Amino acid sequence: MKINSPLEAYKFLPGTNCGECGETSCMAFASHLIDRSLKATDCTPLVSEEKYKKKYAELEALLAPEIREVVIGVGENAVSIGGDDVLHRHKLTFFNKTAFAYDVWDTMDEKDLVERVNKIQDFKKFYVGDFLTLDMIAVRSISDDPAKFAAAVKKVMETTDFPMVLCSFNPEVLKAGLEVAAEKRPLLYAANKDNWKDVAALAQEYNVPVTVFAPNDLDMLKSLAKTFSENGIEDVVLDPGTFPTGKGLRTTFQNFLKIRRAGINGDRDIAFPIMAVPLTAWMAHDDDVSASYWETVVASVFTVKYGDIMILHSIEPYAQLPEVHIRDTIYTDPRKPVTVDPAVYEVGSPTADSPLLVTTNFALTYYTVESDLSSNGIDCYLTAIDTDGIGVEAAVAGGQLTAAKIKKGLEDAGFDMKEKLNNNVIVLPGLAARLQGDVEDETGAAVMIGPADSGRLPGWMEQNWPPQK
Amino acid sequence: MSNKMKLSGLTDILKDLDVESLEGVTIEGDIELDISGGGGLNPAMAYALGHEAAQISLHVANIARMLGYPVDQLFAASMGGLPQAPVAGQSRIQDLIPAKFDVSKMSEWATPIQEVTLGATSADGGSRKSTVTLGGENALPYYFDAEMPHRNYVTMDVFDMPIGMAKSVKGNYEDVINDPAEWAKKVVRDFNADMVTIHLISTDPLINDTPAREAAKVVEDVLQAVDVPIVIGGSGNPQKDPEVLEKAAEVAEGERVLLASASLNLDYERVAKAATDHGHAVLSWTQLEINAQKELNRKLMKQCGVPRDSIVMDPTTAALGYGLDYAYTNMERIRLAGLMGDEELTFPMSSGTTNAWGARESWMKESPLNQDSDWGPREYRGPIWEIVTGLTLSLAGNDMFMMMHPTSVQVLKEITQTLYGSIEADEIDITNWIGAEV
Repeated sequence: MKINSPLEAYKFLPGTNCGECGETSCMAFASHLIDRSLKATDCTPLVSEEKYKKKYAELEALLAPEIREVVIGVGENAVSIGGDDVLHRHKLTFFNKTAFAYDVWDTMDEKDLVERVNKIQDFKKFYVGDFLTLDMIAVRSISDDPAKFAAAVKKVMETTDFPMVLCSFNPEVLKAGLEVAAEKRPLLYAANKDNWKDVAALAQEYNVPVTVFAPNDLDMLKSLAKTFSENGIEDVVLDPGTFPTGKGLRTTFQNFLKIRRAGINGDRDIAFPIMAVPLTAWMAHDDDVSASYWETVVASVFTVKYGDIMILHSIEPYAQLPEVHIRDTIYTDPRKPVTVDPAVYEVGSPTADSPLLVTTNFALTYYTVESDLSSNGIDCYLTAIDTDGIGVEAAVAGGQLTAAKIKKGLEDAGFDMKEKLNNNVIVLPGLAARLQGDVEDETGAAVMIGPADSGRLPGWMEQNWPPQK
Repeated sequence: MSNKMKLSGLTDILKDLDVESLEGVTIEGDIELDISGGGGLNPAMAYALGHEAAQISLHVANIARMLGYPVDQLFAASMGGLPQAPVAGQSRIQDLIPAKFDVSKMSEWATPIQEVTLGATSADGGSRKSTVTLGGENALPYYFDAEMPHRNYVTMDVFDMPIGMAKSVKGNYEDVINDPAEWAKKVVRDFNADMVTIHLISTDPLINDTPAREAAKVVEDVLQAVDVPIVIGGSGNPQKDPEVLEKAAEVAEGERVLLASASLNLDYERVAKAATDHGHAVLSWTQLEINAQKELNRKLMKQCGVPRDSIVMDPTTAALGYGLDYAYTNMERIRLAGLMGDEELTFPMSSGTTNAWGARESWMKESPLNQDSDWGPREYRGPIWEIVTGLTLSLAGNDMFMMMHPTSVQVLKEITQTLYGSIEADEIDITNWIGAEV
């Protein structure tokens, strides 16, 4: 975006502090425009009143991200890609997670295709209170037969609402796919130096986003993107080619860096989302495990550095689990702590003789403690106290972790110690030792002090549990 | 009869049609033109000339068409009222707009990262066959702004007593688990470790409370067993570690080991002194906090007198899915600050990548949640968890990886050296990847 202070955004707002957006003042609203937690459209007067029309348009232009945001698909499964403003996530955060498209092809028999699509759309992995899932289906034309391709696209559409990437270099084949799927706003893949006139015409005729492909030729890539956007095709995705091995991969990596840096630095002609195709790893490896591993490695590199959408092949869980996790890692806002819901969690299979341990709702602390316990087979209750996502030491110092908070945390979770436990003991983290007396007074429980590092809980348990009567 | 004429003579007449750059082209026609006449034209002459000009322009148009020029659009435009510009959605874009891609290098990356050499050969008074140099970067890793002077290195973990390990890790070490020297030999000989880290965990008072002097013997054994540089780690017990590392530093005198670690929660002065007294480097370990890292580095330099070429940082590695989001950004910010001249942060970095094995996804047989999709065999899941954890941090600027699984080491070395540029491979033709039978 062209502005970076709330004050600059404020100038374009009504300044009436009407509160319709839910904020107390226009200045507060302006600060949310800058951190992108609210949009200009959330200001009702600005959008609806004629007198603000010009200001609204100006503000939208100023707030537009440096890298164009492209929407693929329709409805609630539509994915947005691009839309970033920075090169390093600590400066603002990255927006719009890398979209993962897994492939099917038009020479598959129908049963296999349906089974594969279902597997892709059903994938889910629980993580920090939600499920990590996949996004898209890429339909590849191996047959080069328009009718076969159209049939495969149709079958995919019957099976899933996931958005699609239609993949062929043959405009006739792409056209056949579009005739079936245009209303679903698929991404066309791809226009290259040979077919670009026909593919551009298809993108215009069917009004769909389109990928331009110029393997390791950034001049051509830019030329295609510029030609398309200056002729009104603005939803463009760039594929500079993903060479899967050796010097080619190194060059690919540097191409991604160059394209994104130029885009963020203001080269509008190349400020579009970037596509990686880790699937090419399968062209370099014969056995499935090596290919899956290398594909995951390539996918990880381009998830970290600027891939906005990628086409992948392996649907082995050992490939997909790290892929969805690294994506979540990179697209988590590093500027605010991630929290878990305050609650009393069961680790393993606790009984009335198990310990009740206290920690904070800072996700990192919580998951560290939780994994230290569960990986050592310690059955217990683990209470995550709401400390606004602050770790133990800082929360004790800052007053977010207190005896009253601990008592309230147990009450809110509906955890009655007398009913659930035979021991009436609370175990505090070593770094919260100074709360011992207060917690005893507040809860009436006996309080034990655990180790300062949850990694030492196994040893501590051996020596201290069950507690001496 | 055929007459010849030069097109250049028609420039004036044809200029309304915007035909240019055809000078020198000779065409044949069946007409003769005389436009050299002085005064005005009479009406009959003008008509005739107009007719002839139109005939010629048709010839010219045909040539232009053959040369690929969009003649029809041109006529349509110049005719005003006749066929209009095509309606949106049906227009054909005819010409590629030429473009030159260009991007500038980062000018603010002006400070190189400190080089730190580990290990000492006989020439330097040690007994290592090779040394390892970390750091020296002038840009983020593998960037085009500046070549990386040194590749990434892997040091593999060895423990002074049997420890609990994920099943797929343990399988590789069962034969050497009671013999740290043999264990060290195995990782260098069989698994291509660049270095070895000996963790003296039995010294922990809560484990075996092995006396420091006894633990130091293990260090001597490992130095005897392998000729690569070594890292010496304590048990992580802040009371015991300084003493353990002092004794270890003493017996490793001359070998320029890396002592792990100095941290703010123990007597870092003792660790720093052990390093400087015996010519070793020290690992400056903090927990995911850039300001704490600055503070500790400052104390090591100013208060303890550790030379700049003897500090490596470990800003903490949290595993994929278990805080890697913080570890990544913490390292990236540290590296960027170093490159931009923060003298307290211009040091190479090390990652305890082995922490990835703490993530349940790397070792647990199956998901404890039945809503999850199938996790597949853990034998394949574990190594890739360690690889992706390390790889991510390599992109943030990490120089050295402490690792455990042989497959992880092999793949991480392959990807980091590929990005570094030292791996040759057959070029794969990807121009038609869509049709690949994979």
